Formats: sequence, structure tokens, C-alpha cells
Amino acid sequence: MGLSVIVGCSLAYISLLFFIAWWVDKRSTDQKPGIVNSPYVYALSLAVYCTAWTFFGSVGRATTGGLSFLGVYLGPTLLAPLWFVLLRKIILISKNQRITSIADFISARYGKSANIGVLVTLIAVLGIVPYISIQLKAVTFGINTLAHYGEAIPITQPHFWQDAAFWVTVAMALFTVVFGTRKLDPNERHEGLVAAIAFESIIKLIAFLMVGIFVTFFLYNGFDDLFTRAQQQEETARMFTFSGSGVTPFSWNMLLLLSLFAILLLPRQFHISVVENTHPRQIAKAMWVFPLYLLLINIFVLPVALAGKMAFANSIHPDTYVLSIPLSQGVKWLALVAFIGGFSAATSMVVVEATALSIMFGNHVVVPLLIKTRLFGQGKDTVDGASRLLDIRRICIMLMLLLAYLYQKSVGSTYDLVSVGLISFTAAAQLAPALIGGIYWKRGTHQGAIAGLIIGFIFWAFCLPLPSMALAGIISDDFVRNGLFGLSFLKPYALFGLTGLDPITHAAFWSLLFNAWFYCIVSINTKPTMLNLTQADLFVNIDKYIGGQDSDILKREAKVSELRVMLNRFLGEQRSIALFREFELTNNVQLDQQKIAQADLVNFVETHLAGAIGAASARLVLDSVVKEEVITMEEVMRILEQTREAVEHGRIMEHKNAELKALTLQLTTANEQLKNLDRLKADFITTVTHELRTPVTSIKSLSKIILDYSDELDETRKEEYLRILVTESDRISRLINQVLDIEKIQSNEAPLHLEWMDMGILVRQAAKSMEQLFAERHITIRIHGADQPFPLQADRDRLMQVVVNLLSNALKFCDPNDGIIDVTLDRQGDWVVLKVHDNGPGIKPEMQQMIFEKFTQLHSQSQGKPHGTGLGLFISRSIVEKHGGVIRVESHTNAVPKGALFEVRIPIKKGV
Amino acid sequence: MADDKSTKLLFIFFLFLLLLNYPLLTIVDKTQLWFGFPSLYLYMFVVWGLMIFGIAQIVKQRKKKP
Repeated sequence: MGLSVIVGCSLAYISLLFFIAWWVDKRSTDQKPGIVNSPYVYALSLAVYCTAWTFFGSVGRATTGGLSFLGVYLGPTLLAPLWFVLLRKIILISKNQRITSIADFISARYGKSANIGVLVTLIAVLGIVPYISIQLKAVTFGINTLAHYGEAIPITQPHFWQDAAFWVTVAMALFTVVFGTRKLDPNERHEGLVAAIAFESIIKLIAFLMVGIFVTFFLYNGFDDLFTRAQQQEETARMFTFSGSGVTPFSWNMLLLLSLFAILLLPRQFHISVVENTHPRQIAKAMWVFPLYLLLINIFVLPVALAGKMAFANSIHPDTYVLSIPLSQGVKWLALVAFIGGFSAATSMVVVEATALSIMFGNHVVVPLLIKTRLFGQGKDTVDGASRLLDIRRICIMLMLLLAYLYQKSVGSTYDLVSVGLISFTAAAQLAPALIGGIYWKRGTHQGAIAGLIIGFIFWAFCLPLPSMALAGIISDDFVRNGLFGLSFLKPYALFGLTGLDPITHAAFWSLLFNAWFYCIVSINTKPTMLNLTQADLFVNIDKYIGGQDSDILKREAKVSELRVMLNRFLGEQRSIALFREFELTNNVQLDQQKIAQADLVNFVETHLAGAIGAASARLVLDSVVKEEVITMEEVMRILEQTREAVEHGRIMEHKNAELKALTLQLTTANEQLKNLDRLKADFITTVTHELRTPVTSIKSLSKIILDYSDELDETRKEEYLRILVTESDRISRLINQVLDIEKIQSNEAPLHLEWMDMGILVRQAAKSMEQLFAERHITIRIHGADQPFPLQADRDRLMQVVVNLLSNALKFCDPNDGIIDVTLDRQGDWVVLKVHDNGPGIKPEMQQMIFEKFTQLHSQSQGKPHGTGLGLFISRSIVEKHGGVIRVESHTNAVPKGALFEVRIPIKKGV
Repeated sequence: MADDKSTKLLFIFFLFLLLLNYPLLTIVDKTQLWFGFPSLYLYMFVVWGLMIFGIAQIVKQRKKKP
């Protein structure tokens, strides 16, 4: 197949990726619903885990290690159920702290330590370089296999410009630079990139399944045929089992453990699963979709490996079987599809990995260095910080790929893909104690993390990459054969005399053991710094901090203008103005009027700065302008003592307390009402008994006079006394009747006898019946409007009671010297309105509601003591309300017209 | 309940850690064919599939939550 066809297809494929990324980015800037929000896209983008290693290397691995290649995919599957707790927690912390990479995460956990950031970055970069190198190698041999199948593969050229691998590296570097550093996103979110990665995942899966189906169902007659034939040859039957492939239980477990860590800790996995995550709820679906993807892409690995082995024996490198089998059958198009699948697996890995590493390297190594040497972010340079950051990242990417190229040239060529990849897995696993300990163990300290990382890294380097370099002839291999310094217990493949393990298992065992052990021991024996303590609490108890609580207890302040300048420099003027406005809006403050910014603004600036240059660098930058208030250790400890449980408990207590308060208030009001009622009742009884006693006394004394002196009294006197007796008895019976009336009305025993009647006539009758009383007191009564008919449906007797009551009240309270009562009848819509207005002293506002209550009596100024029973208005109100009407009083004690105005409104027809 | 779900998922983790490990693997670690598949190969993929199914079932229960 011509080289031009291969390159042309690759370029076309890359253009397609660019188009997808461009289209998705455009959609998101147009505010259309992001494709990346779909949990399926998230799950597919996680499949960046499947690289050229999976595509070409697994088959190669299967020819020697049998089914052990499955461990690399079963590890992540085993971890998947724990994502619900573990990954969710990491994502929540990262969103809260605007974490941009795994180095940022670990450094932020241990007090935003710059040292840890550098350390993690170095481990990641050095550890991942071999991994990137195998992608370059895979693409290179892919091209070579396609272009030179059946010919002798060209021997490595003496000059690098004649070397295919070099040009692959250059192309990959350019592609990554253009793809991964198109813009500086403050949250390091690249929707277009994620969408393209998800698309690549689909392509590589389809390509591999096509090859698998071709081999199984076209080359052979299905699984049955293939496996039966393979069983008959010892060489291939051996691949059916672990025991035949030299896999021991311990190495199987170590492989599961390494890959379980890898899915979480590889920089690109962290980048895709945490930094690019749009919402934690995507996890739920990804928990089974991603393992399902892994299962599908692995089904045909063993069949392809068996078929390759049977077809080629050892004449062709097993890593190229995926391409060689279709080529050997003359199905060139399928070989090309397979190549594109492997190419997509390699590009997706390189792009994401190099982007993630460049973010780490830029934020944790280059920027702090430039800040410390005052070359960047300080002084009055006018260069846009954002574009400078991107430049730094571009250079990082190119350097990293160059490093990978050199590694591949010198070391990688002697090993198969998976062996080199596993070196990187072991390196990534070194981050596990610091990270997992960091989010579940508050006591883990900065010193502990550094000790663990360094010791783990040393053991890893000594046991894996150094001996491989020695065996490749770069450094002396003396230490491999005789041990370091000639000490036999320091052999890199048999450390401390431990033999019988393969190099990966051996290295992983020692490095992880010492790493975890040092992390714990040093942590326990060191005292954390204050910032370390607060960050530890935040990471371990993240749930406590979600919901916008102040996550930083350190009280810091800085000049607003300085913060503004700082943000301008790193994020560009436009973005920083937008951010300040956002802060002003959400916190409702005017920053222009503040000279000194408080802790909340400092934190706000820091988190956004951290989004661009990482937590440790952001802290370094801010340190130059921020003053920190000194707080005592005790204070910090006291604040941190409030664990989540305490806060939860407090919340429940608060809730209960509020309930109790509300209940107490209700009880107090009820009690007050009861007391009031009781007092009213007592008053009433006093009044009633008093009212009863007066007539009874006079009845008694008059009766006695009549009885004792009946002979001496003349007829007129006797008659007068008897008349008084009758009046007084009437008074008693009236009182008793009223009390009985109340009982009736309240117990609803007296239904209204509704009939059509004329209100005008009723008012005139009432006035007429009281004419005598008005005349006695020299009171003028003026009736307005009663000459017209006012028909309405009502209980005549009850209504009469109301009118008489109102008139007699007016009578009682009228001006004693010049009393005038105005009675007005009117119709307003469906209502008949009766107003009775006297010119007495009026009713004080505070009494206006009271007078309609039972037992309320007014003291008239003129007479000093209450009249009547205190029941009249209550009865009136009850009657009016039963008619569906309203009674109210209007009175102005000092205003003109003076006196009280009672207004009764009754609907013409009840229920209208 | 989220806690309930976490417990079930933790259970899945331990169950399959056991199933995909020694000594159980020695039972199927033989060159024989089961239904035309190597026994270890078949066992691995069936257990794997079951695990994915189990996770999916537990995660799905979410919809019942208010």
C-alpha cells in the first residue's frame, strides 16, 4: 500500500476530528445544549484509557501472557462501583477548588504546596514518557507494516530526518499543540476535545470489532472452530490458561491493583474524568457504560492473538497481528481501517495525556519558577499572560514528545508495547497513597506526602526504567547483574533478595509498600501547617463545605486595585472585568468604593487564578500582595473540630429549637387569650351581679315598705312603688333574656326567619318606639332616606334588635346637653347600608375592635360607670354576620364630626 | 437512598473481587473448552458481563428517588 494513501487517510481523519471539535466548541459558544453533558459522551471519552496498547499491544501480550491482558481492563471495572463514592468526592473537591490536574489536586490537598506540585509533575512526566513513546512506536510500525508488508522492514536510518518515527512524532506534536492549546479556559474545560475523544473511542471500537469479526467468522468458522483448532496446538492451547502463561496469583492481583489505580491516577484519566467532567451525575451511567466498552473491545483480543500465532508462528511481531492478518489475506481496506483505529487510539491518548501534562508542567514547574525569579506576572510587563501561558504549554508538549521519541529510539524498541506501558502504570500508582490518603485521612501531612512520593519514585526508577536503560546499553548494566555498589541485595530485579516475580510486579510491590509506609509513618510524626490543616479538612469533609460556605478560614486581605492588576495579567483584561462584575453582582458590593478587599474577594481571585495557573502558583502570586492575619493554632483546631457530624447535629438542634420557639409562641398567645377571656368573664359576672343587685335591692326595699307600711301609704305612693317594682323586674328579665340570647346565637339554636321586608319602615318603627326616651333627654333624632322603600330579605325581629341596640347606644353616649343622632339609610349595589351617628365623646381607636366582643363595656365620661350589659353590640354583630353582613365603627375622638359612627351593611338577599 | 446504593456497590466490588481472583480462578484455569470457548475465557467474560449488569441495575434504581 502506498505511503501517500496511508498519510492521506490519516490527514483526512485528523481533519474530521478538527471539524468535530470546532463544531462542538461553536455549539457551546452559541449556548446550545452541550453534547458533552451527555453521560454517554462522558463514558466514551473515558475510553481514552484504551490506547494503542489496547489496540495492538493486548494481542501481542496475549501471545505470551495468555488472558492476563484482561487484568488491565478488569481493574477499572472493579473500581467502577466505587466511583459512586470515590470519583464523586474527587470531582466535588475539584470543582470547589478549581483543580486543573492531578498535581494540582495533590498539591492543593497538602497546603497548596509548590514542592508537592513539582514532585507530582516530575513523577507524572517521567513516568508517562514511556507510555507516550509506545503510541509513537505503534503508529510508526503501523505505517511500516502497511507500507512495507511482505518486504524487509527498513533498518533504522542513520539520520533522524529519514526516520518515520521522527516524522510521526513531529506530526503528533503539531496535532497536540493545535488541538490541546487552542484557547486558555479558566476551568481547563475543552468541550471540543472531549467530543473528539469520544468520537475516537467509537472509531477504535468499531475498527477492532471489524478485525475481530473478520478473523473469527471469515478466516475461521466462528469461535468454536477457532478455539478447537487452537486447542490442538500446544503453543496456542497454552494461551488458554494463566498457569500455562506463567501468570501467578500475586502478579494477577498486582496487575488488577495497578490498573485499578491507573484509571484514577493517570494524568489523562484524571483530566477526562475529573477536570472535564461537567456534572457529577454523569458518573452513574459511566459506571456501567465504560466497563461495557472495555468488555466489547476485549472480546476478540484472544481470537486474534490465537489466529496470528497459528498463521505466523514467530515470524512477525505479535503487536502487529491486527494489521498483518488482514494484509496476509489480501484485505487491504480492512488493514487500513485497523490502522485508522489504532491511529485514533494513539492520537487520543497523546493529545489528552500531553495536554494534561503540559497543564501540570506549566502550572507547577514553569510558572512558579518564573514568578520566583520575577520574570513573569511581576513588574509592569504588558504581555498578555494568557497567551504566554499557552506558549509555555506548547513548548512543554513539544519537549515531552521529543523526550518520548528519544525514549522510544533508545529503550522502547527492545520491548513490546504492554511491558513499556506497565512501567508507566507503576509510576502513576505512586500517586495513590498521597491522593487516596489525602481524601480519607485528615492526618496525612505535607511532609508525609513528600516522603512517600520520593521514596516510591526512587524505588520505581531503580527497579524499572534504569535497568531497562541499562539493558538497552545506555548506562552500564553492572548494577543490574551485581547490584548497586556491588551489593547483591540491591539488584533491581531482585531487590532484598526477592526473586520469582516479574519485573513489574516486583517493582510495584516494593515501591508501593515503601511509598505507603513512609507516607503514614512520616505523617504521624510530623505536625501539619495551618493551611495544610484547613485544606485537609476541606478535602476529607467536602460535603460540609458544599453550598457556598466559606472554605477558607484564614483571614486575608489585599488592595482591590492590586488584585485587579494581578487578574488582568493572568486572565486578560476582558475576562477579569467580567469576573469582578460577577463578584459584585453575587455579593452585592461595589468594589470601586472599597480600597481593601476582604477575605471573600481574595478567595474568589485565588480560585479563578488557580483555574489558570494551578493552586500552588496562584498562592505564590497572591502571597506578594496579600496580608495574612495571624490566627492561633488553637483557633484553627477549634474550628476544625467541628466535623461534619457536629455541623449536622447542630443543624438538627437548630431545627428543633425553631420548632420549640414556634410552639412556645403559640402557647403564649393561647394563654394570653385564655387569660383575657377569663378576665372578661370575671368582669362580666361582676357587672351582671351588680346589674342584678341594683334592681333586686330596690325591689326588696320597696316590697318591704309596702308590706310594713301598707296602711300608712296613700294609693298614689303605693301605685308609684308598684310601677317601680314592675320596671325593675323588667330590667332583670331583659338582662336574663340577653344572656340567654347569647347562648342561643352562639350555639346556633336560633335559625333566622328570613322574609321580604322594608328596612325604611323598620328604622322608622324603631325610632318611633324610642321617641319617648329621646324626648326625655332632649335629643334630636334625624332620619335620612327612610322615606324610600328598602326591600331586603331578613329576620325582622332580629334586625329590629340590632337597630334598637344601635339607637340606645347612641342615646346613652350622646352629648348630654345638645344631643343629635343622625340615622342614614342608603343602598350601595346589592347592599343596604344603615349608619347611626351620634355626637358623643366617640370611641378610642384601641377600643374600636373590643366593643364588638362579649362583655365589653365602655365607661361614659358623663356617668362614670358602664351602662347595660356589655352584650348588646356582641349580639348585634352576631345577628348582622348571620345575615351575611358587616358591622363596623368609625370614630374620631378629637376630629370633626365628633362622635361614633356605626355602619351596618346587609345584603339585600342573603348569599348574594 | 444514596447510602444504601453505596453499600450495594461496595458489596458488588467485594463480590467480584472475590470472583475474579484466586483461588476461584484455579477451578476454570484449564485448557478444556466449555460450549466451544476456553473455560477461563468464558468465565472471565460472563463474570464481567454480570458485574456490568449488576452495576447498571443498582444505578438505575435512582429513578425511584423523588
